[in-house]
Amino acid sequence: MGLTLMEGNEAIGWGAMAAGCNFFAGYPITPATTIYNTMLELLPPKGGVCLQGEDEIASIGFCLGASMSGMKAMTATSGPGISLYSEQISFAIGSEIPLVIVDVQRLGPSTGSATKGADGDIQFLQWSNSGGLPVIVLAPVDVKDCYTLTMQAFNLAEQYRCPVFVAANKEVSMTRETIDLDALDLPQTIDRRTAAADRPFLPFGVHEDQLVPDFLPIGGERLVRQTSSTHGTDGYITTDPEQIGAIQQRLDDKLRRNIASFTYYDEYQVPGAETLVITYGVTARAAMTAVKKVQHTNAKASLLVLKTLWPVPEQLILEKAASYRRVVVAEMNLGQYVRELQRVLTDKKIDFIGQMNGELIKPGQIQEVIQHG
Amino acid sequence: MDSLLNSNRPPVFCPGCSHEQVLHALDQALLRMGFSGKDIVMVSDIGCSGLFDTFFNTHAFHGLHGRALTYATGIKMARPDLKVVVTMGDGGLGIGGAHVLSSCRRNIDLTLLVLNNFNYGMTGGQCSSTTPQDAQVGSGFLNKLEKPIDICQVAGAAGAAYVDRISTYDKGLVDGLEAALSFDGFSLLDIWGICPGRYTRRNKITPKNIETDLAKLPGLADYKISNARPEYGRAYRQEAAKLVPAGEPVRIEKSCTAPQSGRMEVVVLGSAGQRIITAGELLCLAGAAAGCHAAQKSDYPITVMRGHSVTDIIISDTEIEYTGIQNPSVVIALAPEGVNRRKKMLAHLAPEALVIKASGIELPSCQASIIEIDCKAEKIKSQDWALVALAVLAQQNKVLTMDMLKAALQLRFKAGQYETAIAMLEKAVVSLGNT
Repeated sequence: MGLTLMEGNEAIGWGAMAAGCNFFAGYPITPATTIYNTMLELLPPKGGVCLQGEDEIASIGFCLGASMSGMKAMTATSGPGISLYSEQISFAIGSEIPLVIVDVQRLGPSTGSATKGADGDIQFLQWSNSGGLPVIVLAPVDVKDCYTLTMQAFNLAEQYRCPVFVAANKEVSMTRETIDLDALDLPQTIDRRTAAADRPFLPFGVHEDQLVPDFLPIGGERLVRQTSSTHGTDGYITTDPEQIGAIQQRLDDKLRRNIASFTYYDEYQVPGAETLVITYGVTARAAMTAVKKVQHTNAKASLLVLKTLWPVPEQLILEKAASYRRVVVAEMNLGQYVRELQRVLTDKKIDFIGQMNGELIKPGQIQEVIQHG
Repeated sequence: MDSLLNSNRPPVFCPGCSHEQVLHALDQALLRMGFSGKDIVMVSDIGCSGLFDTFFNTHAFHGLHGRALTYATGIKMARPDLKVVVTMGDGGLGIGGAHVLSSCRRNIDLTLLVLNNFNYGMTGGQCSSTTPQDAQVGSGFLNKLEKPIDICQVAGAAGAAYVDRISTYDKGLVDGLEAALSFDGFSLLDIWGICPGRYTRRNKITPKNIETDLAKLPGLADYKISNARPEYGRAYRQEAAKLVPAGEPVRIEKSCTAPQSGRMEVVVLGSAGQRIITAGELLCLAGAAAGCHAAQKSDYPITVMRGHSVTDIIISDTEIEYTGIQNPSVVIALAPEGVNRRKKMLAHLAPEALVIKASGIELPSCQASIIEIDCKAEKIKSQDWALVALAVLAQQNKVLTMDMLKAALQLRFKAGQYETAIAMLEKAVVSLGNT
């Protein structure tokens, strides 16, 4: 027992270690640099590898090679780096390469403001891949989440063989906070399922009732093929529409059909409230203050904090919003995730508060919308 | 075994393509060296050279254009025992130039085979980074304007210890490949060849021309000596073995009691070099030592030792939700650079707020009570002002106590540093108290 003072980015590093990460590559960029610093301190002395790529494209490329060789890999960057990662992200999605990608969001567009927070990449993370297949995006609220959601991100990357994003924000990542590490509710570590020696192996083949191929590392006894091109189950290029369609559909299904098993969220229910505030990331903290402030007034509201943003946990959103007349959405951009909520909650009145000026949304601003729309 | 080639997928190149000859020569070289398929990873990218991994019965990794070296580096760091062979055309060379340079500098044990046929075969024969200026290619006049690159000289200048060039039609191609593959470190072999599908339609190129042109180029033997050094992966593991694993994060046990309950916000406004951020961290540690939650955010420019330095701290006995500063209990103002960043906040301070300010600092008019400390007069170094201000605050029994500050110093500073800091603080507090 006892408190530890730790930055969000350090917690991401320690969470990665707890999840079994043994490979990190990154390119320094504010506000993600301290993840790289942390991994450089933690990994090499323990026999892991931490590399600084010549650029972001190289950094994520190193990770893809290492992951296919059996290592648990992570990279970290901010918006400008995610832009450069884009083609490699598409590769990881299409070719089922487990990888954790931390995006410590800063104010955009473009180089924007290195030291200002934002949640401006929330749609970009989902749609930055060519092909438009689903990805998993988790959003930490505080230093605790930085630790545990990074662990979850590794587990999901391993389980579903896909890139998993941790959508942090400068305001969470570069804020030092006290954390009770011994009181964290940590998940069991999950490793990718390897192919049984006595079963036939195809790099992208799935057995009945499975949606994720068994893994074998490059360099093992059985030959492994990896390719960024449209492939059949054997890992060779194919032009057969049936095979192509089946694999693309499986890539979609493997995440969408399993959303319920990785829908992470927090809630604060206020009896008698007619309004539900839905938010994510650092804004959830201001929302909590606002909701508590008004909980004994007539304009009371409950709070739903989404920690799994993509694929959109539609079932959860529908269930949690069912009994409310109105929904208030707050996010640090000019209206990105609210689009998803409008799509899902077609019968609710939705009020939105967004801000993109490098400042946190204040509790008072959310309170104002709760009370006066 | 007489071939590592994939019997189910016989090579398919355009008739007369030099790539096919290189493919067979590479197969022979690898066999001669005694490798079996599972020892080898063929890494390739886009373009006709990207077909290589398909034709070999080895481990294979085929990725994005120009990025093959990035995957190969990750694979080799993960599995140093594997023979990692990268094939790339003159297209991949151009688009992935940064990776080529960095691989040369790094000297990781990979072999890069540049299948150089002076144009983009797959997309219609456009100019590449190696197209001669007088060639007729699918890019109109554009190649006339750009000088072709001699990748060997570039690689040598970038630190590659093994650089060589050879013609596809050279009788010694298998030997050349074997020499490159045997090198312990990054090796680059620039293999010149003919693209009959695109390039020879409008350009006179023959094995004889290639031989003549290659003979005219500067020698590369010196790089073997001037760039000789240990292989990257091995050197990495040797360096890493010297490191001591980081200890577990420190757990701070509750050892004292905070003077107030509730949420206390403290803002420290200073300039670079005044150890403002360290003071903020100390305040957080002090809070933790009293069992409180603490949070710290800082604001500083990209310059070191110049410009503002501002840190916001929240100490609370309940969980900290919003991490922004709303209603500071204490402001410590030590330099105009910091004060200028928060003028609006200062003007709106509540009457119960306390400001500790260094003498000479001008503040906007506000209702808070003010304690002035003349650190300069007491010859306290500017880098200690923030720490001294914390001690003054502790004396007021506001936000923190002297016990909390001492606990924080003990956590943050090494043994010698701690005693020096305590002595400095005690002296400063007494002398400031006398003025």
